[in-house]
Amino acid sequence: MDPKRAKQSPDSAEAIRLSPFPDEALDRILALLDSHKDRSSASLVSKAWYHAERWSRSCVFIGNCYSVSPEILVHRFPNIRRVILKGKPRFSDFNLVPQNWGADIHSWLLVFADHYPFLEELRLKRMTVSDQSLEFLALKFHNFKSLSLLSCDGFSTDGLAAIATHCRNLTELDIQENGIDDISGKWLNCFPDNFTSLEVLNFASLTSEVNFDSLERLVARCNSLKILKVNQSITLDQLQRLLVRAPRLMELGSGSFLQDLTPQQYTDLETAFRGCRNLQTLSGLSEASSLYLPALYPACANLTFLNLSYAALQSEELAKLLAHCPLLRRLWVLDTVEDKGLEAVGQNCSLLEELRVFPEHPFDQEIDHGVTESGFLAVSYGCRKLSYVLYFCGQMTNAAVATIVQNCPDFTHFRLCIMNPGQPDYLTNEPMDEAFGAVVKNCPKLQRLAVSGLLTDLTFEYIGTYAKNLETLSVAFAGSSDWGMQCVLEGCPKLRKLEIRDCPFGNKALLSGLEKYESMRSLWMSACKVTMNGCKLLAREMPRLNVEVMEDEESNEGQAYKVYVYRSVAGPRRDAPPFVLTL
Amino acid sequence: MRSFENDLNLEATELRLGLPGSSHKRPLSDHEARQDGGEEGRKTASSPKAQIVGWPPVRSYRKNSLQHKKADHEAASGIYVKVSMDGAPYLRKIDLKVYKGYPELLRALENMFKFTAGEYSEREGYKGSDYAPAYEDKDGDLMLVGDVPWEMFIASCMKLRIMKGSEAIGLGCGLQM
Repeated sequence: MDPKRAKQSPDSAEAIRLSPFPDEALDRILALLDSHKDRSSASLVSKAWYHAERWSRSCVFIGNCYSVSPEILVHRFPNIRRVILKGKPRFSDFNLVPQNWGADIHSWLLVFADHYPFLEELRLKRMTVSDQSLEFLALKFHNFKSLSLLSCDGFSTDGLAAIATHCRNLTELDIQENGIDDISGKWLNCFPDNFTSLEVLNFASLTSEVNFDSLERLVARCNSLKILKVNQSITLDQLQRLLVRAPRLMELGSGSFLQDLTPQQYTDLETAFRGCRNLQTLSGLSEASSLYLPALYPACANLTFLNLSYAALQSEELAKLLAHCPLLRRLWVLDTVEDKGLEAVGQNCSLLEELRVFPEHPFDQEIDHGVTESGFLAVSYGCRKLSYVLYFCGQMTNAAVATIVQNCPDFTHFRLCIMNPGQPDYLTNEPMDEAFGAVVKNCPKLQRLAVSGLLTDLTFEYIGTYAKNLETLSVAFAGSSDWGMQCVLEGCPKLRKLEIRDCPFGNKALLSGLEKYESMRSLWMSACKVTMNGCKLLAREMPRLNVEVMEDEESNEGQAYKVYVYRSVAGPRRDAPPFVLTL
Repeated sequence: MRSFENDLNLEATELRLGLPGSSHKRPLSDHEARQDGGEEGRKTASSPKAQIVGWPPVRSYRKNSLQHKKADHEAASGIYVKVSMDGAPYLRKIDLKVYKGYPELLRALENMFKFTAGEYSEREGYKGSDYAPAYEDKDGDLMLVGDVPWEMFIASCMKLRIMKGSEAIGLGCGLQM
């Protein structure tokens, strides 16, 4: 037995007596566990299992970077190779969290450099990452392979240059939807000529032009490339040349799909797409039109995920494209396809499990375009396996939602955004309570719910009564009184994340969840009726929670305008900026 | 807890961007919708309805990217369509946005391909010429230039074709191919 471990489990003799497995067998078995939940459960069985699990764990997922400190992490898990970290509260995606709030990766990297020198993978969401951090990462971790940055901020393309230059074993560079300084595309030239290990390259969300020659040579020499998502600076004929070099791609994100092609170029493009037999995911297609979309029909036979959320397609174009995608399971579109386009979805995509409809003009005052309840209904009639929906619309009715969830009872994620805040059922003028009541009654597997429209406390009574598997709830401009929030806190046993904005919930509601918050990841409340006194009381009663209030010029006297409550074993933040008050 | 009457209450169905509670009697946070105090800085409302911060919940990246697209399209302008003439060895390209109406367009085509279009009438098409200017619309149909209002034409025209000879006469009589 490992002498280090013998020291740390003093009751090992007892463990051996109680446990029928020798340690080596336990190690081997636990090493096979992937799921974080399973590992968590295993670690609670006994001290022996706790230690066996912590030594064998190679991947750790931290849903809130402030719930634990890097020091505590490395102490418990000595052999981590892959780290997944999430930082800011989700509403930071919508500008509700000021700059410099925190969630900086650097303090983590400093500790990792000492304890995880063989770190291979880092996946960050909503973290602040500086160029210095990226350079530090590239230089200190010689085995580093995989970097994924989603919705992060604080770095520039210079940081990417450091990664490309120094990470000799890089297999993945995945840069998605970050708030970054896009200085130039020169970072792409930094991959050395003898660098061939890349399997995943996603720079679709960067805007600056890259050197096509560099890209083409990179793609040509990286024989294991499976995922390639380029940005808009790549033209169609350039795309054709890339496809010819990488026909085994499984995921492709195209550049701009608008270009004047000669007939020969069009034929070449079509041939190139025909050669892509392994394509499962397709995205990009910005400015795609009926002119060139047919070129990619031959590549669509095995598509399971089609992301058209940056391609403003019309209904006919979508219909024609979908006719070639019989195996589609996930579809993201812009509401330019309108209800007619969604009818085509219902007619063509019987295997569909996930649909996301994004608004082309989210901030238009007059919502006379886009999709309505009919489009959603049409999809529900044709796609009975639908389990994930995100739907931005201008109007909805209770009856439509009731029918939709009768057609599709398997919803696990139901996120409905009626874009006008507090808008009632447009046919009956009633609140949308019955719609969400129908959702929670008919969909027992529901894990995530986002509500919208005019809603009274009744919606939350329904949620508390029926949504027994609910883990994440997003609420905005809804509810009538504290009672609504209380119903949810008292009724939903699996609730982990609750985010609320602009609702009439106050201290009574906040404090009704005293016992609850320690079993949750976090609570966000902004522009509600919570006061500083209420928050102070919560902080006093629950010392293992961090109760943070963000100062805001909008707040009235004594009001706690933005409140973020989360459990933590690391104590109060040491890096809080001046505008974040930890109570 | 409703404040809607049972009879026709048009005000209740009016789409508005104000927070609930501003016009209906519901207890709510007592602040008005405000402009974004973040990146865009403080702007006084030029439009009557103020934009609510962070609503609808669309990620900043997506919001910015769609706005850029819109701006690009407005800046790029130009509706370029190919023009072919029966018998000519190669095609030309013109920008429809440059012309204010059919007369200007026809003059430009006549100059470019050295032909005369003839007199247009709704009943007889282009009379007095061997040529008829036609275009392919969004549905793929071959149409005679001049039948629809100019705005509709430039929105639906995919490419132009100057037809010659007997085919042209057939088209000129209003028959579609």
